[in-house]
Amino acid sequence: MTTAAHLHDTAADADAPYALSHLDALESEAVHIFREVAGEFEKPVILFSGGKDSIVMLHLALKAFAPAPVPFALLHVDTGHNFPEVIEYRDRTVAEHGLRLHVASVQEYIDAGKLKERPDGTRNPLQTVPLTEAIQQLKFDAVFGGGRRDEEKARAKERVFSLRDEFSQWDPRRQRPELWQLYNGRHAPGEHVRVFPLSNWTELDVWQYIDREGIELPEIYFAHERDVFLRNGMWLTAGEWGGPKDTETVEKRLIRYRTVGDMSCTGAVDSDATTLDAVIAEIAVSRLTERGATRADDKLSEAAMEDRKREGYF
Amino acid sequence: MTSTTEQLSTTTLLRFATAGSVDDGKSTLVGRLLHDSKSVLEDQLEAVERVSADRGQDAPDLALLTDGLRAEREQGITIDVAYRYFATARRRFILADTPGHVQYTRNMVTGASTAELAVVLVDARNGVVEQTRRHAAVAALLRVPHVVLAVNKMDLVDYREEVFAEIAEEFTSYATELGVPEITAIPISALAGDNVVDPSANMDWYGGPTVLEHLETVPVSHDLASCPARFPVQYVIRPQTAEHPDYRGYAGQIASGVLRVGEAVTVLPSGRTSVIAGIDALGESVDIAWAPQSVTLRLADDIDISRGDLIAPTASAPATTQDVVATVCHVADQPLSVGARVLIKHTTRTVKAIVKEIPSRLTLDDLSQHPNPGQLVANDIGRVVVRTAEPLALDAYADSRRTGSFLLIDPADGTTLAAGMAGESFASRGEEAVQDDEGWDF
Repeated sequence: MTTAAHLHDTAADADAPYALSHLDALESEAVHIFREVAGEFEKPVILFSGGKDSIVMLHLALKAFAPAPVPFALLHVDTGHNFPEVIEYRDRTVAEHGLRLHVASVQEYIDAGKLKERPDGTRNPLQTVPLTEAIQQLKFDAVFGGGRRDEEKARAKERVFSLRDEFSQWDPRRQRPELWQLYNGRHAPGEHVRVFPLSNWTELDVWQYIDREGIELPEIYFAHERDVFLRNGMWLTAGEWGGPKDTETVEKRLIRYRTVGDMSCTGAVDSDATTLDAVIAEIAVSRLTERGATRADDKLSEAAMEDRKREGYF
Repeated sequence: MTSTTEQLSTTTLLRFATAGSVDDGKSTLVGRLLHDSKSVLEDQLEAVERVSADRGQDAPDLALLTDGLRAEREQGITIDVAYRYFATARRRFILADTPGHVQYTRNMVTGASTAELAVVLVDARNGVVEQTRRHAAVAALLRVPHVVLAVNKMDLVDYREEVFAEIAEEFTSYATELGVPEITAIPISALAGDNVVDPSANMDWYGGPTVLEHLETVPVSHDLASCPARFPVQYVIRPQTAEHPDYRGYAGQIASGVLRVGEAVTVLPSGRTSVIAGIDALGESVDIAWAPQSVTLRLADDIDISRGDLIAPTASAPATTQDVVATVCHVADQPLSVGARVLIKHTTRTVKAIVKEIPSRLTLDDLSQHPNPGQLVANDIGRVVVRTAEPLALDAYADSRRTGSFLLIDPADGTTLAAGMAGESFASRGEEAVQDDEGWDF
């Protein structure tokens, strides 16, 4: 009941002469995206949090333009609740590659009375305004983000080139269909385009690529002992940012982080994975998504990410 | 542990698209592929169960896994292409999940544009209907190399072979006539799980692969050596540093074929010639590179090359043209009219253009032609003749999906108006279709 279907060679196509591994294919696609932006925009910037996705983005950008330097600056939206290991990593990386770093500080907005601390102490949603104002003031027209479509349902429909208005807002109806590898980055003055070179990567791809390329990561991604307390089913780091409350008890656990974000809403997972191989093996059998396991803010409502994206979040 | 890593990192990538409506059980099929390949994780399943329960449904509605936006959930429709990711030990998959309703032709076209395989769903009780023919036409138009016909809901026709056989034959003959080079028909029940991931115990008469087995084994790398090489220049790399004072490299992604050091090349549209002196493949110097690798080429001669130029082997360089005859799918809300001034974006080159003629509009359901419609509106497929302000090194889409495709863009607001495919709409029928097969580029 088939035509040529069963005539083809069912042997693995890994033997084919011109095959690419999935990591090579994803790398090539991401590099193509970086180069398209370099060719078509005036002032792009890479959002760099010191998390693994932004570290992989920077690594890809370094490869895309070698032996020339990366033709973009970095922008870090600093919530003020950072893991010290991550800030140390950020500063060292910037120095090592001679990059230019801009910092948009949530703390400064709070100190100036322009933003109010939320009752739950979570600062992730507060990043949107400093991010948007930094983009406007520094006149960035393309902003690379490490968002991946596998992370969350609202992201599954995100474009590689995502058009944002002058308030950084994302209107699903205004997004352009993306056909072939033809990205349309045209935008009006004041608007910008968020660009996601890792759109088609999964969490496992990111880790496999980190392993293959020998990319260094902040230590908090690997198992270590830490003082943590339980809130909303997640292990949060005890610290100056505001945890724990009186009813919450601190204990020492062997944990690692699957994502790196604001300390107030990024949960650790129980883990004894101290090496990349161990981390990859752990993720390959994990039964929870990375955001489900580690991000309190995504549990707020069924459409939490869609709402934040509309408002101009990453 | 290490062996797991090695095994996983040597898998290949398959991009495929699904087309069909909720009624055909598309969401259930996609949900089952994700679920049975263990790609749905517990927190996602819990969320689906919670929402299903809130709505008073007894069983988790797997369709919820693929409905992304609140606007869609509220209206119970899918308005956009959603991308899904899953993996088996053999392959990584990128699934473009597209809605099948008539008004969303643009989404099907979008999903099919990067797909190496398309899954078309039919309901075994209804057989090949208008919508099925439309999906076959989109796959043929977009030159998707492999098509799977999934005859769903076999459980509702008592798993009868003759029902499947009749539908498969009708579809295969229709799609073959449109030039689809390879069709595999599979009888399934997405709801019961027959032949999706595991072989069915209810259809002994079927000896072919399950949907997942087929996805895992269909060839994704092709005989690139027979396709002429095409290298659109994205960016010129000139470090001008003490370490690399004279480095000048042309960065791009190989759009088709194979490039080798020592090969004589022509730069278009200028027509200047040189020889490939070196290929830098993201950190290592290589002698040979192929599509779709991103590389940086160094040439033997210092000639003027910039973004938008095309480097091709001198022996097989394409002709350049300012007159583009193509099939377009109109994707914007505002219409495209004869006389419209537009931008045409082809590979890395964007030039001004004017729409000279719209000779016909095509109805995908029955492939009827409607001459001189004057304009195309959203989701229309039509033929256009476009005159460009500068020459383009354009291939026929049938020969190269990457260098035969283009966008028409509104210069005023940047809207993507239409997606274009140069040359004939469908592969020639009969014997010639077989020949066309050879030259396709994926």
